Amino acid sequence: MSNAVATSEVPVASDAPAIEKVTKKALTADHPTWCPGCGDFAVLAMFYRVLEKLQIPQEKIVVVAGIGCSSRFPYFMNTHSLHFIHGRALPLATGVSLSRPDVHVFVFGGDGDGFSIGGNHLNHAARKNIKLTYIIMDNFVYGLTKNQTSPTTPIGRKSKTDPTGSVDRPINPMKQLLASGATFIARTHAAQVKHMEEIFTRAIQHDGFSVVECLSECVMFYPGAFDDSWPKKGGAWETIDETQHDVTDDIAAFKLADNLAPGKFGVYYQVNRPTKNELEQKWIDDTQAKLGAVSQKDILKKRFEAMR
Amino acid sequence: MSTATASAPSSSDSKKTLRNAVIRFAGNSQDGIQSIGGFLARLAGRTAQEVMTYMTIPSTISGGPSIFQVHLGSGEVLTAGDEADVLVAFYQHSYDSHFGALRQGGICLYDSGEVKEIKHERGVFHIGIPFTAATVEAIGGSAKDRGKNMFVLGLIVAVFNLDKEKLVGIISRQFGKKDESVLRNALLAFDAGYAYQIGDIEKFVLAPGEADSGHRISTDGNQMLSMGLLAAGVRYGAAYPITPWSSIMETLRSELPKYGGIFVQAEDELAAVSMAIGEAFAGHLAMTGSSGPGLSLKMEALGYASMAELPLIVVNVQRGGPSTGLPTSVEQSDLMQAIYGSHGDTPRFVLAPKDVEDCFYIALEAGRIARKYSSPVIILSDQALSSRIEAFEEPDIDKHWVEPTLDLSPRAVDWKPYPLDKTTQHAPPGTKMAAGKYPHISGLEHDEWGHPSGNAKMHQQMTQKRRQKLLDAAAEFPVPEIHGDTTGDALIIAWGSAWGPAKEACERLRSEGHKVSAANLRHLHPLPNALDGMLAGFKNVVCVEMNDYGAYGYGQLATLLRAKYADPKIKSVCKTDGLAFRVREIVTGVEKHLAATKA
Repeated sequence: MSNAVATSEVPVASDAPAIEKVTKKALTADHPTWCPGCGDFAVLAMFYRVLEKLQIPQEKIVVVAGIGCSSRFPYFMNTHSLHFIHGRALPLATGVSLSRPDVHVFVFGGDGDGFSIGGNHLNHAARKNIKLTYIIMDNFVYGLTKNQTSPTTPIGRKSKTDPTGSVDRPINPMKQLLASGATFIARTHAAQVKHMEEIFTRAIQHDGFSVVECLSECVMFYPGAFDDSWPKKGGAWETIDETQHDVTDDIAAFKLADNLAPGKFGVYYQVNRPTKNELEQKWIDDTQAKLGAVSQKDILKKRFEAMR
Repeated sequence: MSTATASAPSSSDSKKTLRNAVIRFAGNSQDGIQSIGGFLARLAGRTAQEVMTYMTIPSTISGGPSIFQVHLGSGEVLTAGDEADVLVAFYQHSYDSHFGALRQGGICLYDSGEVKEIKHERGVFHIGIPFTAATVEAIGGSAKDRGKNMFVLGLIVAVFNLDKEKLVGIISRQFGKKDESVLRNALLAFDAGYAYQIGDIEKFVLAPGEADSGHRISTDGNQMLSMGLLAAGVRYGAAYPITPWSSIMETLRSELPKYGGIFVQAEDELAAVSMAIGEAFAGHLAMTGSSGPGLSLKMEALGYASMAELPLIVVNVQRGGPSTGLPTSVEQSDLMQAIYGSHGDTPRFVLAPKDVEDCFYIALEAGRIARKYSSPVIILSDQALSSRIEAFEEPDIDKHWVEPTLDLSPRAVDWKPYPLDKTTQHAPPGTKMAAGKYPHISGLEHDEWGHPSGNAKMHQQMTQKRRQKLLDAAAEFPVPEIHGDTTGDALIIAWGSAWGPAKEACERLRSEGHKVSAANLRHLHPLPNALDGMLAGFKNVVCVEMNDYGAYGYGQLATLLRAKYADPKIKSVCKTDGLAFRVREIVTGVEKHLAATKA
């Protein structure tokens, strides 16, 4: 710390790969606290693999989460990480993303964090097209608090808060995200490793707000929730054929999302729209170009002169 | 009020010299009376006079009664004035509501086209002038009555013999950017008002200003707070609009791009504070702000900021509460919320500016503390400070400027995010860790590396580590400013905008022979250790606050002081009428306590 060099300059974004090789070993931190058999293990393992593949410099990886089983994610990553409060991971990540274009921001969380307590933030981070990647590990149940109904719990499912079966219509995550204005929307399954790898990679490479719903089974409170899309358990695994589905067509994507039980997996929607990051930077650049070569201190002095 | 105030008119040509004058404009919010006040305040600033303004705004969208009061003085001006020397009434309802605010023998200028019934009481000298008709005549029919504020400004400049030339310069600069006809009409109306033959009325001359030479500026508290945040190195922030905070976020939103920064309008208060915490985690000095209800919404995340030990400035421009309460009125009822709001033991710092000028310096102090202790700092401003205009010395930017820093230097092998033996200083994303081990920033109780820890001893040690910041700061904070002697019968303690009238009340009590002093507290949490000795010299300590006496008979600061000092000599003068303290309210309140202890 004694040789600390503090600058006022925020580093610019760069695609330069890591100088020191990023390995799974380097990225691994605490052993996960998840229950044996939890789908989240596969998500974590895949995230290591994709980061290893993309070689994003370790110090530039930022992992943020809210509250829930899946939101324990940051502790299992040996990167800069922050474990925040329930439902607010996205606005926190927005602050990091907008003020630090040089880092890569990843948000992990569950269905409660994303669709219930943090539902409004999902809408706004999506419409603002904040540059970050958000993985929602959806298990259709509140697991950390031990089996209460979640916003994606199917009607009729019994839980501690719905002893005779859930009565509320669950959220359709794809439709919700389409309406919110996210620019990359995809759906995958923690038991489909290859598919998960492809979707995570594409999400991370997308320039904008990319969000992935990843079905991830809670073996403790909702075992078998996703068997209907898991061939090994007798389900039908159906992926989106992008030669037939135009991913830039939001109406087609909306139709495709009509039935998500079990529905199709893959990229529902992807378009390029300027990110808030870009638009804010453009405003800064235009403003500063108009001011010309003047120091920040002089800008403030001028402002005071006008108050005389 | 002045020592030589305006008196009832005697002869037409005599000009009486005044040391101060209080003028109240009463009309509707769309009449532009705020801009009359704004022009007078700017003029005062440029003629080395002291000035303070006061306004009430209706909380409706458009329209509704509104006032703007200007106190101009050649010496120190501490309040917006208890009573008005001159009342300018635009309507019958304005006249009826504010006639009582005029002093005995004051002057009332009213729009004779609007005000039909006048009261012949208390020797008030009435002058009816057709503001509306004369303005329409001056500008021409199409303008209707827009511009009557400028007509009235012209009248006031004539009555008080103010520097017309300078004022025309200020007006020209203000309207110069707009369409040419706007300035022409404004000056036409102004000249018509200036030239209007008022008749048999005494004219006044305001004594030359005594303020220090050098550059003086005039502006309001929200502007000064915004400028202070910029000077303190704040480049990132996020907030949600709420009265009376909004003008700070509007200013920062449009100013920050010049400085390469970004201010985000968030979807709600919870997102706003979360974004700001994200910016702080990213390595910046970040801020958020709101008014009372919004601060309540931020509380969970503020608890996180204390736990995770992130530096953050939070501005709360207080208004009348609870709930939506009195959204456009002043109150100081968020002190307890600022210090103790949130869940768990959440050490944080609370500061309050004493006047408009101090809004700038309090922001610098907040930035210094937030960085030094890696902690949230709440600035408690209030509605009165936010909107009133004062004139004062321009801050020395070269002296106070803080260059923003982002420290991404690699951290040594022995570096830890939450060391038990020293204050936390985080390593933001982008920083390489020599140990190859990256920090976790956590809201769970954690060990020195940020790993979750439910260990009982660790929670005690970490709680103590966070508390230690308050103890260190209390020892470091400066001795509070004291006005008067260090011993006496009573020490008046005031914070925030109550300081101006409290200091003036102290002066008045001293001139009446009372042994009274007054102290201002800028550091409200933790209280400076230096306060201990200060209280010892007085028989009574009277806290003057705009909040309620509560269940036990004491205001919020008084309650805290009683908790700390366990001394029955600590008393309260409180009020909750949504208006700034009048000097005489404080004088009366303190006298009552003095009498009680003497009896």
